[in-house]
Amino acid sequence: MSGGLTLREVVVTYPRGEAGGTPLTAVNGVSFTLASGEILGLVGESGCGKSTLGRAILGLVPLAGGAIHWQGRRIDSLTRRAFRSIRSELQLVFQDPDACLDPRMTIAESVAEPLRSLAPGLLPAARIERVNEILAEVGLPASLAGRYPHQLSGGQLQRAVIARALVVDPRFVVCDEPVSALDVSIQGQIVNLIGRTRRDRGLACLFISHNLAVVASLAERVLVMYRGRIVESGARQPLLGSPLHPYTRLLIDSVPGADPARARTLLARHAVPAVRMPVAAPAGCPFVTRCALAVDRCRTLMPPLRDFGHGRQVACHRADEWRDGLPTSLPA
Amino acid sequence: MTAMLQVRGLTVDFSGARPHRAVDGIDLSLAPRERLAIVGESGSGKSQFLLACVGLLAANGRAAGSVRFDGNELLDGAEAAARVRGTGIGFVFQDAGGSLTPHRRIGDQLVEVALARPGTSKPDAAGAAVDMLGRVRLPEPAGILARYPHELSGGMRQRVAIALALVARPRVLFADEPTTALDVTVQAELMALLAELCEVLGMALVLVTHDLGVVAALADRIAVMYAGRIVEEGTASSLLSQPAHPYTAGLLAAIPTLAGATGGELATIAGQPPAPGTAFAGCRFEPRCPRAAEPCRAIDPPLEARGSGRVACHFPAEPGRAP
Repeated sequence: MSGGLTLREVVVTYPRGEAGGTPLTAVNGVSFTLASGEILGLVGESGCGKSTLGRAILGLVPLAGGAIHWQGRRIDSLTRRAFRSIRSELQLVFQDPDACLDPRMTIAESVAEPLRSLAPGLLPAARIERVNEILAEVGLPASLAGRYPHQLSGGQLQRAVIARALVVDPRFVVCDEPVSALDVSIQGQIVNLIGRTRRDRGLACLFISHNLAVVASLAERVLVMYRGRIVESGARQPLLGSPLHPYTRLLIDSVPGADPARARTLLARHAVPAVRMPVAAPAGCPFVTRCALAVDRCRTLMPPLRDFGHGRQVACHRADEWRDGLPTSLPA
Repeated sequence: MTAMLQVRGLTVDFSGARPHRAVDGIDLSLAPRERLAIVGESGSGKSQFLLACVGLLAANGRAAGSVRFDGNELLDGAEAAARVRGTGIGFVFQDAGGSLTPHRRIGDQLVEVALARPGTSKPDAAGAAVDMLGRVRLPEPAGILARYPHELSGGMRQRVAIALALVARPRVLFADEPTTALDVTVQAELMALLAELCEVLGMALVLVTHDLGVVAALADRIAVMYAGRIVEEGTASSLLSQPAHPYTAGLLAAIPTLAGATGGELATIAGQPPAPGTAFAGCRFEPRCPRAAEPCRAIDPPLEARGSGRVACHFPAEPGRAP
């Protein structure tokens, strides 16, 4: 268990409503490994537990079960104080700059802040130099260093958020929906920046998004999460080209695109929109309420995550029936 | 086709600490039942355009020019626009679910808007409320009337907001980024719902978004805005398959696709959109344009007819040739 990040059967629960109620299980038995320098994609809808999982890795929410190892050391049971010693190695890139950048601080001050707490020995001159280096690395002109967040565009703010995570020279970053609040024209700039920075620095990265096309543009390996569980995982190409879980198929078919023929077929497919009521998880497969291919056992029996070779894992009772991938009804 | 909504030379100016012109001369028309998408980045003026049409600009904003709805001038005092809101033009904004009044029951909010339609009795309004909740495909509409917004999920609140926009049966729905920040699966469902509602209710639609990908299926016509102006307009099929303006081509190329997900870099548009209040000599897109040449720096290209649409570019892509 040395090197990289290893999660084993990680469970995270939240208390629900009044005291004494059954807790809500946000992450339910998630296991994976992420090698040093690897970029892993995590895709799923809001509420599936993907952000909670990212926060759990960084010690920001406690585990209810399982274990997390970083470079061979168990980190999920560390005290806050003990976690500080590895805090600079593990960083989070937030989705929302407002939650990360203090409106009363200049960009340079915000980016310098993690250095003050995590590298207190650094002299002010060295700190300033470090901040200037990192601003240049993320493509922010030096002229913006003295500006305040409200004076920057959305893309520039996201660059500042990335600079703040990178300034302490981490070995692993969680990027939680770093582009979903940005204009399409700017999204590509930020995705490319993350890809380049990661390669140049040999960073390990967990890249989280609800858009499979965005995740797959960066990550060579992808985890698909649904209601707290991994339902499919595998290398980018077989997963996109021949998905084995019906939910992966749905995510692929939901990626918006500018081809009108494909778009109209997609629209027709969703023409009877299912309004998802916040119901208790079904006894069987968590996806059964939305699955067009469900059979009886799906309603009563939870499908385990099974190996399909070449690093592919799928949690679907019927996956053996379509080993070459689930077909789509949409034009390519 | 006669225009139901006709916009001529619309400008929107903001005064105050950072005075600037957000909308700089827009001409657009909308036919009954037509679906128009207005696409542009943050700061392009697309949202201010919508707000100006319905008289809902912020206090320091001022609209000039002409906005005619069924022949009536809406810029003629605050009353004129207020008269068509709800019954003529319904609107739903980004995070609309969050804009419901939190301390009032959903039924009360719907009935109040339904009553705005002349000749509507209280029982009629209550019936219209239940009917519209069903049309936006909320389960057990009658049960939802008594609920408060916080008792529903985010997706359900978004649908209630759409019902609220439609309950007085407007002839056109203005929707501003209704799907931004929603999951791709929920986006697809909402787009399908809007398409269905337009069809069933015989309603026109003006959809404002930054993402060309989400409008491909829904729009009959697309107008692309940049820095307060329309830079290209055309039928959805021609604009998406043969964009004439380099900005439209750039927006199309920037949509992340599964086919393009091979580990290479994503296509981008260089630079940033201009800050509000920037002064321009030539074309507004010139600093970011891969096709820019000498005339682009000095001469502002006018929006001119081209094929079935319009484009403002000195060097538009030739029809039939890849951009």
